[in-house]
Amino acid sequence: MNNSSIVGISVPRKEGQDKVTGRAQYIDDIVLPGMWYGATVRSTIPRGRIKQITFGAEVAWDDYVIVSAKDIPGKNCIALIAEDQPCLAENCINHPEEPILLLAHADRHALAKAVNAISIEYDPSPAVLTLEESERCCDIIWGSDNTFKTYVIQKGDIDSAWAKAAYIVEGEYRTGAQEQLYIENNGMIAWFDPEHGITVWGSLQCPYYVHKALMTLCQLPAERVRVVQVETGGAFGGKEDYPSMIAGHAALLAIKTRKAVKIIYDRLEDMAATSKRHPSRTRHRTAVSKDGKILGGTIDFTIDGGAYTTLSPVVLSRGAIHAGGPYYWPSVRITAKALATNAPPHGAFRGFGAPQSLFAMERHMDRIAQIIGASPIVVRQRNFLKPGQTTITEQAVREPIDLEKLLDRALELSSYQSRKESFAEENESGEIKKGIGVAAFLHGAGFTGSGERYLGSVVGVEACADGAVRVLVSSTEFGQGTKTALSQVAAETLGLGYEDVDVAPADTMEVPNSGPTVASRTVMVVGSLVCSAALGIRHALRQSGWLGDSYSPEEFRAACRNYVAAHGALRSWSRYEAPPDIFWDDEKHRGEAYAAFAWAVYIASVRVDLTTYTVSVDDFVALQEVGRVLHPVLAAGQITGGVAQGIGLSLYEKVIWQNGRMQNSQMTNYIMPTSLDVPPIRVFFEELGNVHGAFGAKGIGELPIDGPAPAIANAVADALGAPCDCVPLLAEDIFDILTTRVATADRSGSPSR
Amino acid sequence: MRSNPRDYQLVAPGTLHAVLSLLAEAPGKWLPIAGGTDLMVLYGAGKLAARNLVSIWSLPELRGIEVLPDQVRIGAGCTYAELREHPVIAREFPLLARAASWTGGTANQNRGTIGGNIVNASPAADSLPALLVYEAELILVSVRGERRVPYLGFHTGYKTTQLAGDELLRAVCLARQFSECLHHTRKVGARSAQAIAKVAIAALGGVAGGRVQEVRIALASVAPVPLRLFETERAVKGKSIDKCLLAAARRATVSEIRPIDDIRSTARYRSAVSSNLVEEFLRRLSAGAPI
Amino acid sequence: MSNSHEISGRREFCFTVNGERKTVPAYPMERLLDVLRHQLRLTGTKEGCGEGECGSCAVLMDGILVNSCLVPLLQAQNANILTIEGLAGAGLHNLQQAFLHCGGTQCGICTPGMILAALYLLKKNPFPTIEDIREGLSGSLCRCTGYMQIFEAVEEAARRQTSDEV
Ligand SMILES: Cc1cc2nc3c(=O)[nH]c(=O)nc-3n(C[C@H](O)[C@H](O)[C@H](O)COP(=O)(O)OP(=O)(O)OC[C@H]3O[C@@H](n4cnc5c(N)ncnc54)[C@H](O)[C@@H]3O)c2cc1C
Ligand code: FES
Ligand code: FES
Repeated sequence: MNNSSIVGISVPRKEGQDKVTGRAQYIDDIVLPGMWYGATVRSTIPRGRIKQITFGAEVAWDDYVIVSAKDIPGKNCIALIAEDQPCLAENCINHPEEPILLLAHADRHALAKAVNAISIEYDPSPAVLTLEESERCCDIIWGSDNTFKTYVIQKGDIDSAWAKAAYIVEGEYRTGAQEQLYIENNGMIAWFDPEHGITVWGSLQCPYYVHKALMTLCQLPAERVRVVQVETGGAFGGKEDYPSMIAGHAALLAIKTRKAVKIIYDRLEDMAATSKRHPSRTRHRTAVSKDGKILGGTIDFTIDGGAYTTLSPVVLSRGAIHAGGPYYWPSVRITAKALATNAPPHGAFRGFGAPQSLFAMERHMDRIAQIIGASPIVVRQRNFLKPGQTTITEQAVREPIDLEKLLDRALELSSYQSRKESFAEENESGEIKKGIGVAAFLHGAGFTGSGERYLGSVVGVEACADGAVRVLVSSTEFGQGTKTALSQVAAETLGLGYEDVDVAPADTMEVPNSGPTVASRTVMVVGSLVCSAALGIRHALRQSGWLGDSYSPEEFRAACRNYVAAHGALRSWSRYEAPPDIFWDDEKHRGEAYAAFAWAVYIASVRVDLTTYTVSVDDFVALQEVGRVLHPVLAAGQITGGVAQGIGLSLYEKVIWQNGRMQNSQMTNYIMPTSLDVPPIRVFFEELGNVHGAFGAKGIGELPIDGPAPAIANAVADALGAPCDCVPLLAEDIFDILTTRVATADRSGSPSR
Repeated sequence: MRSNPRDYQLVAPGTLHAVLSLLAEAPGKWLPIAGGTDLMVLYGAGKLAARNLVSIWSLPELRGIEVLPDQVRIGAGCTYAELREHPVIAREFPLLARAASWTGGTANQNRGTIGGNIVNASPAADSLPALLVYEAELILVSVRGERRVPYLGFHTGYKTTQLAGDELLRAVCLARQFSECLHHTRKVGARSAQAIAKVAIAALGGVAGGRVQEVRIALASVAPVPLRLFETERAVKGKSIDKCLLAAARRATVSEIRPIDDIRSTARYRSAVSSNLVEEFLRRLSAGAPI
Repeated sequence: MSNSHEISGRREFCFTVNGERKTVPAYPMERLLDVLRHQLRLTGTKEGCGEGECGSCAVLMDGILVNSCLVPLLQAQNANILTIEGLAGAGLHNLQQAFLHCGGTQCGICTPGMILAALYLLKKNPFPTIEDIREGLSGSLCRCTGYMQIFEAVEEAARRQTSDEV
């Protein structure tokens, strides 16, 4: 038995060679014989009815294949949680950029002109464009009250909290829409033949989501729909639900043309039409004791879901459960709502609601500190959750987490105290104001509540004829290192070399449904299943007599070869089973919300230049407890990547809306951080040695996006001595904050500084 | 890609003379394309109206930076990379070298030309405030011959210029007379690299005997064209820099700019930052700080 | 001027790609990016934006870094082009190795352009400081890594390159 550990080592990324040499095949790199190209004709208004569609005379329409809602063989919807989103709008328009018609042509250059030659006349209706308009219900655009979902989480007796409070602290916090901005735009290729049904290849996160959507749309049985993920150039949640739409479109064109059809979005279309992070508004009202202890409070968490349900209920749920942060609330009532507006549906983006509600919580902690006259550090220390206490869903903290210690270490790593002092001195004069801000937070790994039980994920491990071992999962690789980490887990479990194990392509014909690749669940949940499925292989080899009690990797390979030669394929399956003692009430959102939490303290140092009102981040410390770190380089890369996206969310990335439509759908005016905009991002891990998931690993993918926005906003507020309760904080926003603030000397016009 | 290459014509006659003859055949028919960093963006987005293009990229007559005793002559086809690396530009015209260094990333600087920046005539263009301050002269050329025009006034309105349909911009001339001055520039963009200016300043000046002797200030992105702040200059020239003068300069700045709200910023912000930038420059001038 | 310019339409263009002479029939306004990807099937060069912002389409043209989405084919006539496919020799190039080792590639879509930008940077400046690296790569956007491990990779490649030379 090979004892040298593979877990915990930075082995080379499985598909790394292909990526650095340019050999990796992404969807736009793939060409099928006789392939046609598809394009989408979209609505230009936020709400109304289609009156008439005119095809311009300047185009030879006979050369095109045109698909409308009438061509849909099955149900005209993108099946996910609800079935309210049409695949092609037939009559009613509910948001700009809503797909209406599809075109295909043999020459990809012939499409843009044709799309432009189609003019659509509408009967417009009044549109609902903001949360406030949606709440007012003057126009009902969804259901009976514009509400996709409401959750109320209630813990303890809030009334008595108000009575005992020395302070009642209120605040309202907002976050904007954020584009995932994976550098590879969305794309799909579909192919149809009556015998085999539909096959799609694409850039996507969740093969079985697409599979389900295509079955409904094309009215085909499971075995006649095949979904294959190809190399995917970034996703971040952005390729969780929308790929089902594009796959549907490509499939409809493939059915009608009887050709392979490729649809590739360009950047303009990808940004304008596909989902973004839900904009949010959070209102806190908190009862606080004299010494800064939270006694209880209410949290109203409202998100803008856009025009259709899509994933909003799930995003809402995660946001609501994280709304109390890593603090102990004796009593709390959280009211969470996802509302409809006439914008393209907002969807999954790394963090999934948690970055929004945690931004509010962590800004609010600083507000509490300010109001009671304590330091932000002390207020956090007073309220940190401790082992044995319960979260807002009354889940007991069982891990030996010591948040005070985590905070202390982060303070030390960021030289918090000495910076605080020197900033205070430096800020007395000059145009540069410096500040430092803290965010403490947690992130639940895996699906919420009974989610994993409903999913019932299945994982396979296969012994191959050549002696290698293959992991069979629908969990996808899109940069986070799924293939590498799951190979490590299987190799470690079986005592094999890393190179003896590989992960099969995510092809629904080949791999079982191991659930979607979301929610930081892959290593923890799927990894555990990989362990047990791998052990099943070993067991079978031993049972059959091909493998002894102790073995070398070479003996294991020989055993696989012999077994397959003698008995045929050897596969072992493992299905998720919920631990029996787990309680979760979905209606009340009470109980064990997550199998595990990752914990973190992030500290940002910023400077604000009062000549230009621009903020830059000078230093960023990211300290977290994520269980066992399986692969230090991949793990650090997840953190730095998430922090950079969080910096974007905080300071740069603003979607400019007009009539429900994104105005800045180009990389030149939707501003993501470049290599000159990120500070040194210093990543540290704390390992508790607790046992969760595969070899003690908890989720890591989403955590790092939760902390930057509040840490940075707190730092900017510290620098300016003014509240910064909305992100992003562009220079124009800082300017507005400073100039609309009362009780501040009017700077403009006074040259004395 | 939203354009069809079939719909476009692109030729490369190879010499200046040949290009000019082509332009003269049907003035206005052919659109020159140099580094393509403006035109190809429009093309990709399906927004390039011109259908006939003539390449002037790498025309030898438009290349090179010629250093003469009293002036520097920069070929219109000079790229940002060439500009920022040129020792005389870096030493004597630092405003231009700096502007070149922040015009997009490396690849953009390898292709984008100063001629393209001038003729493209964006009010946000980075090198133009520097040209206003250095009072550049432009050499325009056609089969009819060459003419010299002051750069100031070359832009006649939003994205319009004095260039005739058969003309090319051949070179930009800068007088070598600013080595004694304080040069000051700053770009305010949405991020630290690859950003279009929300406001930018280029300025130079000199103080003698406590009074402002020489002063020239130009701003980008605050009017339909890059703007020289003559009013503001008048307000400070010959005066000593004190609180009162700074206030007057701020007022003059705000009164002569015409900022707007657009996708990149707000008029309110641009106005405040413009006067902040002018004040920052004047403070440096009074402190005699080096660039 | 001769009227032959008036004839639009496909014609043959010649250039060298990764050391090989290529002749392709194409329209003069085709983007170099498309010709590489579609005609020559060199799909290592990626399109992230088509507007010159992201740098994932970067190649070296006559030794200088350009974004191939902004180069009309006619301007690449007779040029010498290097794409990611031409970088590795018998083994991986120094930079490719360093990107693998340091975690400089995650989803990989920015990687070819990023490596070429790094190659160009090291060619011009074999001893870059961290500030030089930040500036040199500022035209190449990466959404996955937060850049830290890319900086490390370039530093490592620079170190190896110089120690190899000694
Ligand atoms: C990613 C990116 C970032 C950018 N960042 C900046 C920035 O920060 N600051 C900035 O100012 N600009 C920026 N630009 C714009 C652009 O790079 C500059 O305007 C550049 O100078 C244009 O030069 P070019 O040679 O590429 O122009 P082209 O696109 O070739 O031409 C632009 C215009 O000028 C005309 N033209 C060019 N040369 C001549 C000539 N000699 N005679 C007559 N007409 C001529 C053309 O007909 C056309 O109308 C950016 C562009 C991109 C793609
Ligand atoms: S695709 Fe060329 S720069 Fe983005
Ligand atoms: S590795 Fe994904 S964009 Fe850079």
